[in-house]
Order: sequence, then structure tokens, then C-alpha cells
Amino acid sequence: MNRAGDVAGPDGAATAAQRAVEAAYRDESRAVLATLIRLLGDFDLAEEALHEAFRAALEQWPEQGVPDNPRAWLVSAGRFKAIDRVRRQARFVAFDADLHDRAADAGDDAEAPDIHDDRLRLIFTCCHPALAPDAQVALTLREVCGLATEEIAAAFLVPAPTLAQRIVRAKAKIREARIPYEVPAAAELSARLDAVLRVIYLVFNEGYAASTGATLLRHDLAGEAIRLGRLLAALLPEPEAMGLLALMLLHDARRAARTSPDGDVVLLEDQDRALWDRAQIAEGAALVERALASRRFGAYTLQAAIAAVHAQAPSADRTDWREIVGLYDALLEREPSPVIELNRAVAVAMRDGAPAGLALVEALLARGALLEYRFAHAARADLLRRLGRNDEARAAYRRALELTKQDAERRFLERRLAELAAR
Amino acid sequence: MKYLCLVYGEEDRISAMDDHECLACDASLRASGHCLASEALQPVATATTVRVRNGRLAVSDGPFAETKEALAGFYLIEARDLNEAIQIAARIPPAKIGCVEVRPIRPIREQPRSGTSPG
Repeated sequence: MNRAGDVAGPDGAATAAQRAVEAAYRDESRAVLATLIRLLGDFDLAEEALHEAFRAALEQWPEQGVPDNPRAWLVSAGRFKAIDRVRRQARFVAFDADLHDRAADAGDDAEAPDIHDDRLRLIFTCCHPALAPDAQVALTLREVCGLATEEIAAAFLVPAPTLAQRIVRAKAKIREARIPYEVPAAAELSARLDAVLRVIYLVFNEGYAASTGATLLRHDLAGEAIRLGRLLAALLPEPEAMGLLALMLLHDARRAARTSPDGDVVLLEDQDRALWDRAQIAEGAALVERALASRRFGAYTLQAAIAAVHAQAPSADRTDWREIVGLYDALLEREPSPVIELNRAVAVAMRDGAPAGLALVEALLARGALLEYRFAHAARADLLRRLGRNDEARAAYRRALELTKQDAERRFLERRLAELAAR
Repeated sequence: MKYLCLVYGEEDRISAMDDHECLACDASLRASGHCLASEALQPVATATTVRVRNGRLAVSDGPFAETKEALAGFYLIEARDLNEAIQIAARIPPAKIGCVEVRPIRPIREQPRSGTSPG
């Protein structure tokens, strides 16, 4: 079957062709898939066609040479394989005529400028709000990023059959409820883009700080989310797409400093800023500027702007806390949330002193908000500690400890408690 | 592609709505060719559920499932795809106080399935 394998070895051209196939698989397979889904109108048929196209490339490129435009070659090969298959299989009679027409009519359309939009179509379809949120995430990682089902299952700590089932159901819904393969019209774009951004940010957060389990950083998912964010911002340079990409880049730039060599949490104020990735911070900050300049920015851009102020400060003390509090105010105006209020309270403590911050945190808790949120108790504990109110601080750390499920966080809180006990 | 839009809501809130608003929506969906059939239902208290088990008819009072939001009516629509169906469902007045479930119609006459007998 695999002729390239037979011919390769002493024959340099054959190995070069094989490398070209591998490179095309790495760089082009998702784009080819995105176009095949449009041409064939079905995810599963397109996936089969994709594999057959690469199989054909492995057979033909070593003999006929690598085509000038590998992507167009693969799309065209995949389309013909699918037509062949449809002709052979009589069981899809009802579907045949329709599909055959579509695949055959597509003609040169496959190489049209539209090809660029196919990746966007794929993203918007995988993140369609008619699909369950966990299915949106699974489908996006599978189809847009090309991760294996097993990899996604491992990253999200769910059994592989469960995840496979989620993907199968989502594809069935796309087919049977006829979720269209299109980029939403201008009137719907903003709401639909929000759904896409939410999926990307969820993947990032899952990778950045796993809420359960022993590993604090799951780099692969964070990296995958950043790749997705880059793709989206390149295809659709909307301010919030840039804002989200900036936010992820700026958080990820601090990755090396966020945990100690033994995997313990290092707070922002204690991080070794020499470990921060300066190039990535510069890229993130530039994106924030562009998004802010659009005047159509939203919550992601504001959060990225806050992250940029932190990332560009020489130390925690020499951070522009006034600016940060102002950005939190703007964020709260758009998106009232007790968690954002808590973050603002911590910034106020840095700007105006611990008593001012503590008053805000306690008012939040008194309101009944965040009583079950571990970071609220940890923040209160920290402010009490700074004020020397050690008994109260200990009680608050204990409450935070009760609420945390993550090993690294637990060790951090236990360390703080031990320090207080020593005093 | 046909979709059935099932209109759900709390009965007292649904019955408090002005029927003329619903009739206007219906007229506009029929005029645009989207609406194939539509009806409002009597309250859920009038529902009777019918089952046949082991060849015996069992009739019980009430709906299939007792929920706070009851089925109040339906529209059978023709839409290009789910996105258009969602846009149409959003225009149905009770969507503002209840919800509309959008279900694609399975082409049972065109593609009947033979079925698999359980156990």
C-alpha cells in the first residue's frame, strides 16, 4: 500500500517526498479538512477523504514529484476519492445525488479565495451554541486542532470512550439538525464570536490551571489554545479576538515563574520576573494596544490590559496599581461579577493599603457572595496576615484550605499556615 | 428542512399573553412561507397519556412528564438550516417568557428504519 516506504531509503527524492507529505500533514491537514467538509457536507466523509488524500500523496508524490500547491492537490484528491466512494456505495442512495452534485460541481471552487474562510467555518460550526459546551470544546480540539480523541480525553481527565461519544453525538447533531457550515452574518457575528472565544479561553484555562489533579500546568492545552487564538485573530481580526490572544500570551509568558522547581505555587508578587518571556509580553502588549485603539473592545481586552500592566512592571511594588484599579472599574461596568470585585479589592489593597482592601473583601463576603470561593478566603487571609491579625488569618487560611481541591494550592496554603504558627 | 418548534411556558404566564400577538406572528410566518402548520394547545390539565404494554391499553391522566413549563403549542416550519430555524423560533412571542424547543423532523416516510427489537 505504502509505496513511498518501498521506494524510500537509498532514493533521496522519495524520502524528500515523504518528508513533504509529513510537512503537509502537519501544516495543511486541518485546512484541507475544513475545505473538504464544505465540499462534501459531512464531517465523517471529509475525514475519510482526508486520510485517503494523504494515502494517495504517499503513493504518488515520490513518483510524480511534490505538487506546487500541496493543499489544492490534497483537496482535489480527497474530493475525487469521496466521489468514488459515493459511487461505489449504494446504501446512501438518497444522499448520493445531492452529494455527488456538490462534490462534482465544486470544481475549481476548491482553490477559490474562499478556502481561507473554510477554517473559520469549521471553527464557528464546532463552537455552535446548539452544541453542548463540553462537546464544543471536544469537537474544536479534535477537528480544528487535530488532537487525537485519547489526547483530549487525557487532558480533560475523562475516559476516552466518553469523549469519543461526545464527538459522535455532536457530529450527529450537526448533520441531523442541519447546523450550517458558515461564518455567521454580521448581525449574529458578535454573539457567535463570544461562543468561540469562550471555548478557546476554556481550553486555555484548563491547561493553565487545572482545577483538580496534581499538575498545575498542562502546557499542551494552553499552547493549543494560543495556537487557536492566533488562527482566529489572523482569520478574523476582531478586537476581542486580539484581546483574548493577548490575554493568553501575557498569562502564558509568566508560566516559568508561576511554579517552583518542586511544583509549588509562586504568587505574582514573589515571582522571578527574569523568568518571564519578554518577547511574548511585547507581542501581547502590542495586541492590547491595537484592540484598545479599536474602541470596540470588551472584557477580554480589559483583562489583557490588566495583565499587560502587571507584565511590564519591574516589581509588585512598582506596579501602576492606580491604572489597574481603573481597568477593573471599566471591567466591572461591562461585566459585573463578584470575582472581578475581589480582584479589584486586592488591587485597592496595593494602591491604598491593606485595610482598604480588607474592608472591600469583607463587604463582599458579608453580602454572601463568594463564600464558597477559595480565593476570596485566601485573599482575606493574606490581608489579615499583612495587618498582623494572625489568629483571624489562620482561620481564613483554614477555610480556603477546606475549599481547595488542587495539590499545589493546598501546599501553598499549608506553608502559609505553618509560617503563621511559627510566629 | 422541516423543524418542529415546541413552545413551552408556565401556563398562567402563557394564558396571560395577548393572543393577537401570537396570531400576528403566525400570520407573518405563514406569509413568508416558513410556517407549514401551527396550533395552540389547551392547558396541560386536559392532557391524557396513552400507553400500550403487553397488548393492553393503559390510559393515564396528565402529560407525559410533569414539568413547571408545559407544552403550550407548536409550529411546524420550513427553514434552510438550524440557524434560520433559530431565528424563526426567536420570533415566537412566548420565547420571551418561556422557551421554544427546536427539533429537526426525521424523514420517516422517505427513510423509514426497520427498527431493532429490544432484548
